[in-house]
Amino acid sequence: MTQWIDAGAFDDIEEEDVVRFDHAGRTYAIYRVEGEVYASDGLCTHEHAHLCDGFVMGHVIECPKHNGRFDLRDGRALCAPVCENLTTYPAKVEAGRILIEV
Amino acid sequence: MSHRQTGSPTRDADTHHQAYRLIGGAGDAAFAAGLVNAVWYKCPVPRAVMKALMQRSDAAALRDTFIWYGLIVGSGGLAWLAWRANSAWAIPAFFLYGTLYCSPADARWHECGHGTAFKTRWLNDFVYQLASFQVFRRATVWRWSHARHHTDTLIVGRDPEIAVRRPTDWAALLLNVVALKHVANELRKMIGAAFGNIGAEEETFVPESEWPKVKREARITLLIYGVVILACAASNSILPLLFIGLPSLYGAWLYLYFGLTQHAGLPENVLDHRKNCRTIEMNPVFRFLYWNMNYHVEHHMFPMVPFHALARLHETVKHDMPPPYGSTLAAYAEIIPALIRQTRDPSFHVVRPVPKAP
Repeated sequence: MTQWIDAGAFDDIEEEDVVRFDHAGRTYAIYRVEGEVYASDGLCTHEHAHLCDGFVMGHVIECPKHNGRFDLRDGRALCAPVCENLTTYPAKVEAGRILIEV
Repeated sequence: MSHRQTGSPTRDADTHHQAYRLIGGAGDAAFAAGLVNAVWYKCPVPRAVMKALMQRSDAAALRDTFIWYGLIVGSGGLAWLAWRANSAWAIPAFFLYGTLYCSPADARWHECGHGTAFKTRWLNDFVYQLASFQVFRRATVWRWSHARHHTDTLIVGRDPEIAVRRPTDWAALLLNVVALKHVANELRKMIGAAFGNIGAEEETFVPESEWPKVKREARITLLIYGVVILACAASNSILPLLFIGLPSLYGAWLYLYFGLTQHAGLPENVLDHRKNCRTIEMNPVFRFLYWNMNYHVEHHMFPMVPFHALARLHETVKHDMPPPYGSTLAAYAEIIPALIRQTRDPSFHVVRPVPKAP
Protein backbone atom coordinates (compact mmCIF):
# COMPACT_ATOMS: atom_id res chain seq x y z
CA MET A 1 0.00 0.00 0.00
CA THR A 2 1.50 3.30 -1.06
CA GLN A 3 1.11 6.62 0.65
CA TRP A 4 1.94 10.23 -0.09
CA ILE A 5 4.53 11.60 2.27
CA ASP A 6 5.90 15.07 2.81
CA ALA A 7 9.45 15.31 1.46
CA GLY A 8 10.16 18.96 2.29
CA ALA A 9 9.68 22.44 0.92
CA PHE A 10 9.81 22.90 -2.83
CA ASP A 11 11.67 26.18 -2.42
CA ASP A 12 14.48 24.39 -0.60
CA ILE A 13 15.59 22.83 -3.88
CA GLU A 14 17.32 25.00 -6.43
CA GLU A 15 16.25 24.80 -10.05
CA GLU A 16 18.01 21.93 -11.86
CA ASP A 17 19.27 20.34 -8.67
CA VAL A 18 18.78 17.35 -6.41
CA VAL A 19 18.54 16.81 -2.66
CA ARG A 20 18.54 13.77 -0.43
CA PHE A 21 15.45 12.70 1.48
CA ASP A 22 15.49 9.85 4.01
CA HIS A 23 12.30 8.15 5.15
CA ALA A 24 11.54 4.89 6.95
CA GLY A 25 15.04 3.54 6.55
CA ARG A 26 15.24 4.33 2.85
CA THR A 27 16.97 7.11 1.00
CA TYR A 28 15.47 9.02 -1.92
CA ALA A 29 16.62 11.66 -4.38
CA ILE A 30 14.25 14.58 -5.00
CA TYR A 31 14.81 16.64 -8.15
CA ARG A 32 13.61 20.02 -9.35
CA VAL A 33 13.75 20.60 -13.11
CA GLU A 34 11.90 23.26 -15.10
CA GLY A 35 9.64 23.95 -12.16
CA GLU A 36 8.60 20.30 -11.83
CA VAL A 37 9.47 17.88 -9.06
CA TYR A 38 10.62 14.28 -9.51
CA ALA A 39 11.64 11.51 -7.10
CA SER A 40 13.72 8.37 -7.34
CA ASP A 41 15.67 5.96 -5.21
CA GLY A 42 18.56 7.81 -3.66
CA LEU A 43 21.29 5.31 -4.49
CA CYS A 44 22.80 4.52 -7.87
CA THR A 45 21.92 1.05 -9.21
CA HIS A 46 25.57 0.43 -10.15
CA GLU A 47 27.45 0.86 -6.89
CA HIS A 48 26.83 2.51 -3.56
CA ALA A 49 26.70 6.24 -4.31
CA HIS A 50 24.18 8.87 -3.26
CA LEU A 51 22.67 10.55 -6.30
CA CYS A 52 22.13 13.73 -4.25
CA ASP A 53 25.86 14.37 -4.76
CA GLY A 54 25.39 14.01 -8.52
CA PHE A 55 24.83 16.47 -11.30
CA VAL A 56 21.46 17.32 -12.86
CA MET A 57 21.55 18.19 -16.55
CA GLY A 58 18.03 18.81 -17.77
CA HIS A 59 16.13 15.63 -17.08
CA VAL A 60 19.30 13.59 -16.57
CA ILE A 61 20.96 12.77 -13.24
CA GLU A 62 24.62 11.80 -13.38
CA CYS A 63 26.00 9.63 -10.59
CA PRO A 64 28.93 11.24 -8.73
CA LYS A 65 30.96 8.05 -8.55
CA HIS A 66 31.29 6.76 -12.12
CA ASN A 67 29.30 9.27 -14.19
CA GLY A 68 26.55 6.80 -15.04
CA ARG A 69 23.37 8.59 -16.12
CA PHE A 70 19.63 8.08 -15.63
CA ASP A 71 16.59 9.84 -17.02
CA LEU A 72 15.17 11.14 -13.79
CA ARG A 73 11.60 11.15 -15.18
CA ASP A 74 11.35 7.40 -15.64
CA GLY A 75 14.63 6.05 -14.22
CA ARG A 76 15.96 4.70 -17.52
CA ALA A 77 19.66 3.86 -17.42
CA LEU A 78 21.22 5.94 -20.22
CA CYS A 79 24.89 4.98 -20.34
CA ALA A 80 27.59 2.81 -18.83
CA PRO A 81 28.46 1.96 -16.19
CA VAL A 82 24.80 1.88 -15.21
CA CYS A 83 22.80 -0.96 -16.77
CA GLU A 84 19.92 -1.30 -14.32
CA ASN A 85 17.09 1.25 -14.34
CA LEU A 86 16.46 3.46 -11.32
CA THR A 87 13.15 3.17 -9.47
CA THR A 88 11.18 6.41 -9.64
CA TYR A 89 8.18 7.56 -7.60
CA PRO A 90 5.24 9.86 -8.32
CA ALA A 91 5.90 13.34 -6.98
CA LYS A 92 3.89 16.56 -6.78
CA VAL A 93 3.89 19.96 -5.09
CA GLU A 94 0.99 21.08 -2.93
CA ALA A 95 0.98 24.34 -1.01
CA GLY A 96 4.73 24.61 -1.47
CA ARG A 97 5.39 21.14 -0.05
CA ILE A 98 6.82 18.23 -2.01
CA LEU A 99 4.82 15.03 -1.76
CA ILE A 100 6.11 11.69 -3.01
CA GLU A 101 4.17 8.45 -3.24
CA VAL A 102 6.10 5.56 -1.76
CA MET B 1 58.80 11.87 2.71
CA SER B 2 58.83 8.11 2.63
CA HIS B 3 57.78 5.23 4.76
CA ARG B 4 58.41 1.56 5.13
CA GLN B 5 55.42 -0.48 6.24
CA THR B 6 56.11 -2.68 9.23
CA GLY B 7 54.89 -6.19 9.78
CA SER B 8 54.78 -6.97 6.09
CA PRO B 9 57.52 -9.47 5.34
CA THR B 10 59.17 -9.31 1.96
CA ARG B 11 58.05 -12.12 -0.29
CA ASP B 12 59.32 -13.10 -3.68
CA ALA B 13 58.25 -11.21 -6.75
CA ASP B 14 55.93 -13.88 -8.10
CA THR B 15 53.98 -14.16 -4.87
CA HIS B 16 53.62 -10.42 -4.72
CA HIS B 17 52.50 -10.10 -8.33
CA GLN B 18 49.91 -12.86 -7.90
CA ALA B 19 48.17 -10.70 -5.31
CA TYR B 20 47.23 -8.25 -8.07
CA ARG B 21 45.18 -10.85 -9.95
CA LEU B 22 41.47 -10.18 -9.98
CA ILE B 23 40.86 -13.91 -9.68
CA GLY B 24 42.74 -15.67 -6.90
CA GLY B 25 44.55 -12.50 -5.86
CA ALA B 26 44.20 -10.34 -2.77
CA GLY B 27 40.66 -9.22 -3.62
CA ASP B 28 39.01 -11.37 -0.94
CA ALA B 29 41.40 -10.09 1.70
CA ALA B 30 40.68 -6.52 0.59
CA PHE B 31 36.96 -7.20 0.87
CA ALA B 32 37.38 -8.64 4.36
CA ALA B 33 39.38 -5.57 5.34
CA GLY B 34 36.55 -3.27 4.21
CA LEU B 35 38.57 -1.83 1.34
CA VAL B 36 36.20 -2.82 -1.49
CA ASN B 37 33.64 -0.29 -2.72
CA ALA B 38 34.44 1.67 0.41
CA VAL B 39 33.77 5.26 1.41
CA TRP B 40 36.72 7.49 0.45
CA TYR B 41 37.72 10.81 1.91
CA LYS B 42 36.31 13.86 0.14
CA CYS B 43 37.37 17.44 0.71
CA PRO B 44 34.37 19.53 1.76
CA VAL B 45 33.11 21.66 -1.13
CA PRO B 46 29.87 23.69 -0.85
CA ARG B 47 27.14 22.33 -3.13
CA ALA B 48 26.79 25.62 -5.04
CA VAL B 49 30.52 25.69 -5.78
CA MET B 50 30.51 22.05 -6.86
CA LYS B 51 27.50 22.64 -9.11
CA ALA B 52 29.38 25.44 -10.85
CA LEU B 53 32.46 23.25 -11.26
CA MET B 54 30.46 20.36 -12.73
CA GLN B 55 28.94 22.45 -15.53
CA ARG B 56 29.52 20.89 -18.95
CA SER B 57 30.42 22.55 -22.21
CA ASP B 58 31.26 21.40 -25.71
CA ALA B 59 33.38 24.45 -26.49
CA ALA B 60 36.67 23.60 -24.74
CA ALA B 61 36.70 19.98 -25.85
CA LEU B 62 35.74 20.83 -29.45
CA ARG B 63 38.49 23.45 -29.63
CA ASP B 64 41.09 21.08 -28.22
CA THR B 65 39.95 18.18 -30.39
CA PHE B 66 40.19 20.22 -33.59
CA ILE B 67 43.63 21.49 -32.59
CA TRP B 68 44.74 17.95 -31.74
CA TYR B 69 43.60 16.38 -34.99
CA GLY B 70 44.95 19.40 -36.86
CA LEU B 71 48.36 18.73 -35.34
CA ILE B 72 48.11 15.04 -36.19
CA VAL B 73 47.23 15.79 -39.82
CA GLY B 74 49.93 18.49 -40.04
CA SER B 75 52.69 16.33 -38.60
CA GLY B 76 51.49 13.40 -40.69
CA GLY B 77 51.75 15.56 -43.81
CA LEU B 78 55.30 16.53 -42.92
CA ALA B 79 56.18 12.89 -42.29
CA TRP B 80 54.71 11.87 -45.65
CA LEU B 81 56.62 14.60 -47.51
CA ALA B 82 59.88 13.64 -45.80
CA TRP B 83 59.25 9.96 -46.56
CA ARG B 84 58.55 10.74 -50.23
CA ALA B 85 61.79 12.75 -50.41
CA ASN B 86 63.73 9.88 -48.81
CA SER B 87 64.83 12.37 -46.20
CA ALA B 88 66.14 11.44 -42.75
CA TRP B 89 63.76 14.12 -41.48
CA ALA B 90 61.11 11.43 -41.82
CA ILE B 91 62.35 9.97 -38.51
CA PRO B 92 61.66 13.00 -36.30
CA ALA B 93 58.54 13.79 -38.32
CA PHE B 94 57.08 10.34 -37.70
CA PHE B 95 58.18 10.53 -34.07
CA LEU B 96 56.19 13.74 -33.72
CA TYR B 97 53.23 12.32 -35.64
CA GLY B 98 53.18 9.10 -33.60
CA THR B 99 53.47 10.94 -30.31
CA LEU B 100 50.55 13.21 -31.23
CA TYR B 101 48.52 10.29 -32.58
CA CYS B 102 48.91 8.08 -29.51
CA SER B 103 49.81 9.89 -26.31
CA PRO B 104 47.10 12.58 -26.12
CA ALA B 105 44.64 9.83 -27.05
CA ASP B 106 45.19 8.34 -23.60
CA ALA B 107 43.86 11.48 -21.95
CA ARG B 108 40.97 11.76 -24.50
CA TRP B 109 40.11 8.11 -23.92
CA HIS B 110 40.06 8.84 -20.20
CA GLU B 111 38.04 12.04 -20.16
CA CYS B 112 35.53 10.94 -22.80
CA GLY B 113 35.14 7.64 -20.95
CA HIS B 114 33.94 9.58 -17.95
CA GLY B 115 31.52 11.40 -20.24
CA THR B 116 32.63 14.78 -18.96
CA ALA B 117 34.78 16.15 -21.81
CA PHE B 118 31.87 17.22 -23.99
CA LYS B 119 28.40 18.25 -22.96
CA THR B 120 26.95 16.32 -25.89
CA ARG B 121 26.92 12.63 -25.11
CA TRP B 122 27.50 11.28 -28.62
CA LEU B 123 30.62 13.44 -28.95
CA ASN B 124 32.06 11.82 -25.82
CA ASP B 125 31.25 8.37 -27.21
CA PHE B 126 32.61 9.17 -30.68
CA VAL B 127 35.94 10.57 -29.48
CA TYR B 128 36.12 7.75 -26.92
CA GLN B 129 36.04 5.16 -29.70
CA LEU B 130 38.61 7.04 -31.81
CA ALA B 131 40.95 7.54 -28.87
CA SER B 132 40.60 3.91 -27.73
CA PHE B 133 41.65 2.79 -31.20
CA GLN B 134 44.60 5.17 -31.29
CA VAL B 135 45.90 4.10 -27.88
CA PHE B 136 45.17 0.42 -28.66
CA ARG B 137 42.58 -0.41 -26.04
CA ARG B 138 39.43 -2.53 -26.14
CA ALA B 139 37.04 0.36 -25.74
CA THR B 140 34.26 -1.23 -23.72
CA VAL B 141 36.55 -3.40 -21.59
CA TRP B 142 38.63 -0.40 -20.61
CA ARG B 143 35.54 1.69 -19.88
CA TRP B 144 34.57 -0.85 -17.25
CA SER B 145 38.09 -1.43 -15.96
CA HIS B 146 38.34 2.29 -15.37
CA ALA B 147 35.09 2.30 -13.41
CA ARG B 148 36.66 -0.35 -11.17
CA HIS B 149 39.84 1.72 -10.93
CA HIS B 150 37.75 4.57 -9.55
CA THR B 151 35.83 2.37 -7.12
CA ASP B 152 38.92 0.61 -5.75
CA THR B 153 41.87 2.82 -6.61
CA LEU B 154 45.12 0.93 -5.94
CA ILE B 155 43.30 -1.74 -3.93
CA VAL B 156 45.39 -4.85 -4.60
CA GLY B 157 43.39 -7.66 -6.20
CA ARG B 158 40.60 -5.29 -7.24
CA ASP B 159 42.06 -2.48 -9.34
CA PRO B 160 42.87 -3.74 -12.87
CA GLU B 161 44.73 -0.52 -13.74
CA ILE B 162 47.65 -0.56 -11.31
CA ALA B 163 50.45 0.50 -13.66
CA VAL B 164 53.43 -0.39 -11.47
CA ARG B 165 53.08 -3.52 -9.41
CA ARG B 166 55.44 -4.39 -6.59
CA PRO B 167 58.19 -5.36 -6.69
CA THR B 168 58.93 -3.13 -9.64
CA ASP B 169 59.03 -4.98 -12.95
CA TRP B 170 61.58 -2.89 -14.81
CA ALA B 171 61.45 -5.02 -17.95
CA ALA B 172 57.70 -4.40 -18.22
CA LEU B 173 58.19 -0.68 -17.68
CA LEU B 174 60.91 -0.45 -20.32
CA LEU B 175 58.87 -2.47 -22.82
CA ASN B 176 55.97 -0.12 -22.27
CA VAL B 177 58.03 2.91 -23.25
CA VAL B 178 56.97 1.74 -26.71
CA ALA B 179 53.83 -0.02 -25.41
CA LEU B 180 55.17 -3.46 -26.35
CA LYS B 181 53.87 -5.28 -23.28
CA HIS B 182 50.57 -3.42 -23.43
CA VAL B 183 49.92 -3.99 -27.12
CA ALA B 184 51.03 -7.64 -27.00
CA ASN B 185 48.59 -8.24 -24.17
CA GLU B 186 45.78 -6.24 -25.77
CA LEU B 187 46.23 -7.87 -29.17
CA ARG B 188 46.03 -11.34 -27.69
CA LYS B 189 42.88 -10.44 -25.77
CA MET B 190 41.39 -8.61 -28.74
CA ILE B 191 41.78 -11.68 -30.92
CA GLY B 192 40.20 -13.77 -28.16
CA ALA B 193 37.30 -11.31 -27.86
CA ALA B 194 36.75 -11.37 -31.62
CA PHE B 195 36.15 -15.12 -31.25
CA GLY B 196 33.85 -14.63 -28.26
CA ASN B 197 36.30 -15.08 -25.39
CA ILE B 198 35.91 -11.94 -23.29
CA GLY B 199 38.58 -13.07 -20.81
CA ALA B 200 38.14 -14.55 -17.32
CA GLU B 201 39.28 -11.45 -15.44
CA GLU B 202 37.36 -9.13 -17.74
CA GLU B 203 34.19 -11.09 -17.06
CA THR B 204 34.52 -10.12 -13.39
CA PHE B 205 34.06 -6.42 -14.13
CA VAL B 206 32.34 -6.18 -17.54
CA PRO B 207 28.62 -7.03 -17.27
CA GLU B 208 27.35 -9.75 -19.59
CA SER B 209 25.05 -7.29 -21.35
CA GLU B 210 28.19 -5.54 -22.66
CA TRP B 211 29.93 -8.64 -24.02
CA PRO B 212 28.40 -8.43 -27.53
CA LYS B 213 29.80 -4.90 -27.77
CA VAL B 214 33.25 -6.14 -26.73
CA LYS B 215 33.17 -8.77 -29.49
CA ARG B 216 31.92 -6.33 -32.13
CA GLU B 217 34.56 -3.72 -31.31
CA ALA B 218 37.33 -6.33 -31.38
CA ARG B 219 36.23 -7.54 -34.79
CA ILE B 220 36.00 -4.02 -36.24
CA THR B 221 39.40 -3.07 -34.81
CA LEU B 222 41.09 -6.19 -36.18
CA LEU B 223 39.38 -5.66 -39.54
CA ILE B 224 40.84 -2.15 -39.75
CA TYR B 225 44.32 -3.44 -38.94
CA GLY B 226 43.84 -6.20 -41.50
CA VAL B 227 43.05 -3.59 -44.17
CA VAL B 228 46.12 -1.57 -43.18
CA ILE B 229 48.34 -4.65 -43.43
CA LEU B 230 46.83 -5.50 -46.82
CA ALA B 231 47.58 -1.94 -47.92
CA CYS B 232 51.20 -2.49 -46.86
CA ALA B 233 51.36 -5.70 -48.86
CA ALA B 234 49.70 -4.12 -51.89
CA SER B 235 52.01 -1.09 -51.83
CA ASN B 236 55.06 -3.10 -50.81
CA SER B 237 55.67 -0.47 -48.14
CA ILE B 238 55.41 -0.16 -44.38
CA LEU B 239 54.08 3.37 -44.80
CA PRO B 240 50.39 2.56 -44.07
CA LEU B 241 51.38 0.91 -40.78
CA LEU B 242 53.57 3.86 -39.88
CA PHE B 243 50.43 6.01 -40.05
CA ILE B 244 47.90 3.60 -38.51
CA GLY B 245 48.94 0.90 -36.06
CA LEU B 246 52.59 1.41 -35.25
CA PRO B 247 52.04 4.90 -33.76
CA SER B 248 50.25 3.12 -30.90
CA LEU B 249 53.70 1.72 -30.10
CA TYR B 250 56.28 4.30 -31.05
CA GLY B 251 54.10 7.19 -29.87
CA ALA B 252 53.25 5.74 -26.46
CA TRP B 253 56.24 7.05 -24.53
CA LEU B 254 54.63 10.35 -23.56
CA TYR B 255 51.48 8.89 -22.06
CA LEU B 256 53.65 6.56 -20.01
CA TYR B 257 55.68 9.57 -18.89
CA PHE B 258 52.51 11.35 -17.81
CA GLY B 259 50.64 8.29 -16.58
CA LEU B 260 53.29 6.95 -14.21
CA THR B 261 53.07 10.16 -12.20
CA GLN B 262 49.48 9.39 -11.22
CA HIS B 263 50.11 6.67 -8.64
CA ALA B 264 53.59 5.09 -8.97
CA GLY B 265 55.38 4.67 -5.65
CA LEU B 266 52.34 5.71 -3.61
CA PRO B 267 50.62 3.46 -1.05
CA GLU B 268 48.21 0.69 -1.93
CA ASN B 269 45.10 -0.19 0.06
CA VAL B 270 44.37 3.25 1.49
CA LEU B 271 41.00 5.03 1.24
CA ASP B 272 42.21 8.56 0.64
CA HIS B 273 43.06 9.80 -2.84
CA ARG B 274 45.33 12.44 -1.32
CA LYS B 275 47.62 9.58 -0.28
CA ASN B 276 47.63 7.50 -3.46
CA CYS B 277 47.39 10.09 -6.27
CA ARG B 278 49.64 12.95 -7.35
CA THR B 279 48.72 16.45 -8.41
CA ILE B 280 51.48 18.13 -10.41
CA GLU B 281 51.91 21.64 -11.74
CA MET B 282 52.48 21.31 -15.49
CA ASN B 283 53.18 23.73 -18.29
CA PRO B 284 50.35 24.66 -20.71
CA VAL B 285 51.62 22.37 -23.49
CA PHE B 286 51.65 19.34 -21.19
CA ARG B 287 48.26 20.32 -19.82
CA PHE B 288 46.84 20.44 -23.34
CA LEU B 289 48.32 17.07 -24.27
CA TYR B 290 47.31 15.51 -20.95
CA TRP B 291 43.96 17.29 -20.69
CA ASN B 292 44.63 18.51 -17.16
CA MET B 293 44.97 15.04 -15.68
CA ASN B 294 47.92 16.46 -13.77
CA TYR B 295 45.20 17.41 -11.26
CA HIS B 296 44.89 13.77 -10.47
CA VAL B 297 43.92 13.87 -6.80
CA GLU B 298 41.12 16.28 -7.65
CA HIS B 299 39.98 14.11 -10.57
CA HIS B 300 39.78 10.96 -8.45
CA MET B 301 37.99 12.69 -5.63
CA PHE B 302 35.47 14.44 -7.90
CA PRO B 303 35.29 12.60 -11.24
CA MET B 304 32.27 14.65 -12.30
CA VAL B 305 34.32 17.80 -12.72
CA PRO B 306 35.36 18.13 -16.39
CA PHE B 307 38.97 18.61 -17.42
CA HIS B 308 38.48 22.32 -18.17
CA ALA B 309 37.37 23.02 -14.58
CA LEU B 310 40.04 21.02 -12.76
CA ALA B 311 42.33 24.01 -12.26
CA ARG B 312 39.47 25.86 -10.55
CA LEU B 313 38.68 22.78 -8.45
CA HIS B 314 42.34 22.63 -7.44
CA GLU B 315 42.15 26.22 -6.19
CA THR B 316 38.99 25.37 -4.26
CA VAL B 317 40.38 22.37 -2.36
CA LYS B 318 44.13 22.95 -2.25
CA HIS B 319 44.05 23.97 1.42
CA ASP B 320 42.95 20.41 2.20
CA MET B 321 45.41 18.71 -0.15
CA PRO B 322 49.09 17.84 -0.01
CA PRO B 323 51.13 20.49 -1.83
CA PRO B 324 51.32 19.80 -5.58
CA TYR B 325 54.62 18.79 -7.17
CA GLY B 326 56.27 21.75 -8.89
CA SER B 327 56.89 19.93 -12.15
CA THR B 328 56.77 16.51 -13.77
CA LEU B 329 60.51 16.16 -13.21
CA ALA B 330 60.01 16.95 -9.52
CA ALA B 331 57.54 14.07 -9.36
CA TYR B 332 60.03 11.74 -11.06
CA ALA B 333 62.69 12.76 -8.57
CA GLU B 334 60.47 10.99 -6.06
CA ILE B 335 59.09 8.22 -8.28
CA ILE B 336 62.32 6.74 -9.63
CA PRO B 337 64.04 6.29 -6.23
CA ALA B 338 60.75 4.89 -4.87
CA LEU B 339 60.50 2.32 -7.66
CA ILE B 340 64.17 1.37 -7.19
CA ARG B 341 63.50 0.87 -3.49
CA GLN B 342 60.34 -1.14 -4.21
CA THR B 343 62.36 -3.48 -6.43
CA ARG B 344 63.92 -5.00 -3.31
CA ASP B 345 61.42 -3.85 -0.71
CA PRO B 346 57.81 -4.13 -1.95
CA SER B 347 56.47 -2.84 1.36
CA PHE B 348 58.02 0.57 0.81
CA HIS B 349 55.89 3.50 -0.35
CA VAL B 350 55.97 7.27 -0.45
CA VAL B 351 53.94 9.09 2.19
CA ARG B 352 52.26 12.31 1.15
CA PRO B 353 51.91 15.16 3.66
CA VAL B 354 48.12 15.11 4.03
CA PRO B 355 46.70 18.03 6.06
CA LYS B 356 45.26 17.01 9.39
CA ALA B 357 41.52 17.29 9.87
CA PRO B 358 40.58 20.49 11.75
